[in-house]
Amino acid sequence: MSKFILYGRKIHGGIAEGEALVTRSPLGGFGCFDFDNGQVIDLNHEWYGQSVKGKVLVFTTASGSSAWTIAHQALRFADVAPAAYVVRENNPQTALGSVVGRLPCVAEFDQDPTEVIKNGDWIKVDAERGIVEVTSR
Amino acid sequence: MLQLRPDERKMLDGHEGKAVQKAMELLVEYAAGLGAENFVDTRNVTIIPGSIPNVKIVRKIVPSMDIDEIASRFMLDSDERVVVGKVKAFTTTNATWRDQDYPQIQKGSKDHCDLLQNLAEYCKRVGMIHLATCTPYQVGNVPVRGEHIAWTESSAIAYTNSVIGARTNIEGLHSAFASAITGKTPNWGMHLDENRYGRVLVDVDVDMSNLREWALLGYYVASQVGLDLPIYKNINSLPNLTKLMALCAAGISGGSIVMHHLVGITPEAPTVEAASGGRKPKYELRFGEAERRLAYDKLNRSKKNAVDIVALGCPHCTLESLRQIAEMLDGKKIHDGVKLYLTTNSMIKAMGEIQGYNTVIEKAGGLIMKDSCCLELALDPDQVFVTNSGKMGHYAPGATGLKNTWFGTLEECIDAALTGRWRGELQ
Repeated sequence: MSKFILYGRKIHGGIAEGEALVTRSPLGGFGCFDFDNGQVIDLNHEWYGQSVKGKVLVFTTASGSSAWTIAHQALRFADVAPAAYVVRENNPQTALGSVVGRLPCVAEFDQDPTEVIKNGDWIKVDAERGIVEVTSR
Repeated sequence: MLQLRPDERKMLDGHEGKAVQKAMELLVEYAAGLGAENFVDTRNVTIIPGSIPNVKIVRKIVPSMDIDEIASRFMLDSDERVVVGKVKAFTTTNATWRDQDYPQIQKGSKDHCDLLQNLAEYCKRVGMIHLATCTPYQVGNVPVRGEHIAWTESSAIAYTNSVIGARTNIEGLHSAFASAITGKTPNWGMHLDENRYGRVLVDVDVDMSNLREWALLGYYVASQVGLDLPIYKNINSLPNLTKLMALCAAGISGGSIVMHHLVGITPEAPTVEAASGGRKPKYELRFGEAERRLAYDKLNRSKKNAVDIVALGCPHCTLESLRQIAEMLDGKKIHDGVKLYLTTNSMIKAMGEIQGYNTVIEKAGGLIMKDSCCLELALDPDQVFVTNSGKMGHYAPGATGLKNTWFGTLEECIDAALTGRWRGELQ
């Protein structure tokens, strides 16, 4: 086990921790989730079949429909929300999505989080300070 | 650091009532997340309340189904029930809604139809125009070049930035509603000159005379450029409304292209230099035969040739397409067991009625739906689905559970409807 820290910018405040779910691709919203269990149902996405519930989601940016924020708010309403967002490039969808999803979100890091964080790493997100602490599995 | 002007401060402090205050609070939090320095006034908003979650989730959060509480929670993210007076901006509703004439064939059946009808009445009550379309620029919401607007619906955002030259970020339901209420949007991203320049130069090296290629171009480039804006050069065929809509829709469903430049065609791209702000591109791409094939294969995931559903009109069918489809179906019959759905908005459907197109299409066995979207159909996931829309092809599996989807030309789709077989190919 090794620990390291990434420094970024707070997009939306809060503190959370969880297991990392990582992709080097963008994340969609509309048509992406099964709200009964939080599983990704987008056949084009590498997280297909995996649940986002309780996970720290690590992805490059948001993509697709402007219903992105509706879907990410709905994950909270359906009790299958992730724990936090760790995003390489912030965009309006990740900014608004973390506000209405009420999740900590950090972006614009000193290094690419989608390269250095691996699936299953344990992640502590302190969005207020823009700090993401990674404990390798 | 976000700076507020006196009128914005007053709204935030509650001088214009609770609903305006909640809207301003949301915008301030959102703008801070973006890193915006201030707000810009907006008088033009489009909004997607019809895409709220399924009725099961809505009922769980608001058991009373009180419409003001639903709007507060799902459209403003306010835990407190607020009653909105009239929106300040000219605001129109976007797809997707439900065609109230056919509740039984759409997801959530009559229950969800009723919820969306109540929500539509709410939108009208607070002063919005219920256009219910993903292509507001086809039917009365046409901003002007340089205008600061707050739009939702990804393909419309790409269209208005690229083709009209108005300025919007990709807003969500909550930020758009807050902008409608306050007349403000964060002055960030696409509102600022420096972010509108293209960064990636794309050499278009295939014949672009067919509609299909415009979807494939957008879909391929979307998978390559992330948030960078593409500049398309060497396009050999002048597009029209329908083709530009296909490019915009595919470019933002397969990725995040909120704006693109077509050299010599779109308003902010008279030349490569103007489109790039005189800066050297970050990198260059080519869209040739291999790239076209890649995009095509990604959208064609079926091995079954027996067709069940043909879906046309994504984004909402243009008058030009409606006329073409009517002419192709005139005097013919759709194959037994195949359903042909065509989606558009009320105004174009009304025009189709005047022209007689609707009668021709319905006589052939097709169904013209207004306000809705084929992704909102309640479908058996094992059915085989055919479309001429890159956007529809991309979203169908996630939104409907379909595993077998074909994408091709309009002619191939009509052929599939008439024969019950998919015979499309990329030559």
